[in-house]
Amino acid sequence: MSEQGTVGTGHEHEQLGLSNGQVIDMYRYMLLARKFDERNLLLQRAGKINFHVSGIGQETTQVAAAFALDRERDYFLPYYRDYGFVMAVGMTARELMLSSFAKAGDPNSGGRQMPGHFGSKRLRIVTGSSPVTTQVPHAVGVALAAKMRKQDIVSYVTFGEGSSNQGDFHEGLNFAGVHKLPVIILCENNQYAISVPAHKQIGGKVSDRALGYGFPGFRVDGNDALAVYKAVKEARERAIRGEGPTLIEAMMYRLSPHSTSDNDLAYRTKEEVEENWKKDGIARFKAYLIGCGIWDESKDADLQEQVALEIKDATEFADNAPYPKPEETLLHVYADDREEGEKAWQ
Amino acid sequence: MAVMEYIDAIRLAMKEEMEKDESVFVLGEDVGVKGGVFTTTKGLMEQFGEERVLDTPLAESAIAGVAIGAAMVGMKPIAEMQYSDFMLPATNQIISEAAKIRYRSNNDWSCPIVVRAPIGGGIFGGLYHSQCPESIFFGTPGLKIVAPFTAYDAKGLLKAAIQDPDPVLFFENKKCYKMIKGDVPLEDYTVPIGKANLLREGADITVIGYSMPLHFCMQAAEELEKEEGITAHILDLRTLQPLDRDSIIEAVRKTGKVLIVHEDNKTGGVGAEVAAIISEECLFDLDAPIMRCCSPDVPAMPISPPMEKFFMLSKDKVKEAMRQLAVY
Repeated sequence: MSEQGTVGTGHEHEQLGLSNGQVIDMYRYMLLARKFDERNLLLQRAGKINFHVSGIGQETTQVAAAFALDRERDYFLPYYRDYGFVMAVGMTARELMLSSFAKAGDPNSGGRQMPGHFGSKRLRIVTGSSPVTTQVPHAVGVALAAKMRKQDIVSYVTFGEGSSNQGDFHEGLNFAGVHKLPVIILCENNQYAISVPAHKQIGGKVSDRALGYGFPGFRVDGNDALAVYKAVKEARERAIRGEGPTLIEAMMYRLSPHSTSDNDLAYRTKEEVEENWKKDGIARFKAYLIGCGIWDESKDADLQEQVALEIKDATEFADNAPYPKPEETLLHVYADDREEGEKAWQ
Repeated sequence: MAVMEYIDAIRLAMKEEMEKDESVFVLGEDVGVKGGVFTTTKGLMEQFGEERVLDTPLAESAIAGVAIGAAMVGMKPIAEMQYSDFMLPATNQIISEAAKIRYRSNNDWSCPIVVRAPIGGGIFGGLYHSQCPESIFFGTPGLKIVAPFTAYDAKGLLKAAIQDPDPVLFFENKKCYKMIKGDVPLEDYTVPIGKANLLREGADITVIGYSMPLHFCMQAAEELEKEEGITAHILDLRTLQPLDRDSIIEAVRKTGKVLIVHEDNKTGGVGAEVAAIISEECLFDLDAPIMRCCSPDVPAMPISPPMEKFFMLSKDKVKEAMRQLAVY
């Protein structure tokens, strides 16, 4: 993606089948996710919420991938940094903020899980947990069900490069390769698994591992929205044609600490972080849009203001929303336990 | 009604549910072409095709994890673990995922899987083809656990497990496969999960157990009645989670003396919880201390015949325990 945005005839995004409106929409989601994330860091520092796990630096890939999928029909198994992704498939800032505040109205878990543990049947975001990579075999199972029922949909799953060492990664990919299942497996390689850098996690390249499982693996620049979009779109087309899974390794950098409980300067330098801020995919995408002549600083200022209002509204809404009732702790262990849960409480 | 072996009853349950419901399918190692290492799935691939009787790669966490994924989008998978000893790589998927999916999503998602796993020893299987892993999963809310003893229950409980909207671990006893035979209706029926079953009425002692050791208890009870006039009241738990508290209490009150029997080792086993329920609910109905007859607290049973025999329960071992309790 060049900042001028023109390659041959037409802009790069147009060649990929994206309209001007769609790329501006992508940019809006990236910005919304960034501002949401920054607000959560502040809210945690201010003592308003207990915890935040950040995805700053990863929004470009997340949003671009979402736009390459069928956001009305595909199934999604995002990991805990995927705010940009879940926003782009329909989760609102209000809904996510309800999760940050652990309020009853949180559609992900009703205030039960840590923020970043996404799930919504309505949006086909499959519920996730904290032990990493368990979602990979789930995505394979979703794809298996799609194949058995002859549905032309895919499942899409993400995780970090640290997770690519878990057994579930390898078991899941192998299963998907054997049965040629319509699953897109995307590693958000953000260079760190909490404090352990990628070179201490992986001897080779994550994307090369696909070879061992009999399907293609690609490495893309995760700060290049259109490169990610293209890779995921082509993977989806292959999956729909019955050609099986694709592994994509999107290279990026986790610009924020692992979580609000982490001091990242204990294991990396300020200079390294600053150097990576210069490569931020959101700034790059904005420059691309301006280069295409479809965006300018005045429009950007308006959008920043809109997004700030949306985050403010979401924060106030969630702050004022009710908590779950304490005794609701007993509910939903099994399908038939509402009555028993109430009995146990009384 | 037909007399059939326990293993045939399990197969019939799967066959009937697969005929009825297209979303039911079986996956596991060797379940397809071979029909299972014990022949549990024999003939199913021929009838339902290789997609619904799926031979998987040798990777238990994937077998469970893929089943969970498919279940969350509306399928009804039956995941077979070839031996319960090999189920442990799937433990994270079962305990962290399947058990918590409904709860963590606030009832938005659910996970209707069945995990079938053969338990138990006495087949010269050594440490890793003989174990009873119930206590690893027992006490994990969100899971249901069943362990049938009769052929009738094997079919009825497996059908109930497949129809259940939540994850069910189905522990079938490999020693029972061929040894236990019984009347099994050829028509559709289920045995409700969560209900114990009274196998035998008696007045002197109560025996509470599950799975294969009940075979020894029943034999011992007949002999004790004939030889010494001791009558035993025997309760088959059938479901380990949730335990049928009411039936346990009722059975204990019947005689005031209780022996708990299982092949899983004694410490931290299901019997410990049964004993705790009795202590909480009907301590003053007891005329003798609660007794347990279980396998020893060693890691697992050795293969050498005298060592396996030493480890395993037997008719004689439970008979002696029952006699001691009766004369207390």
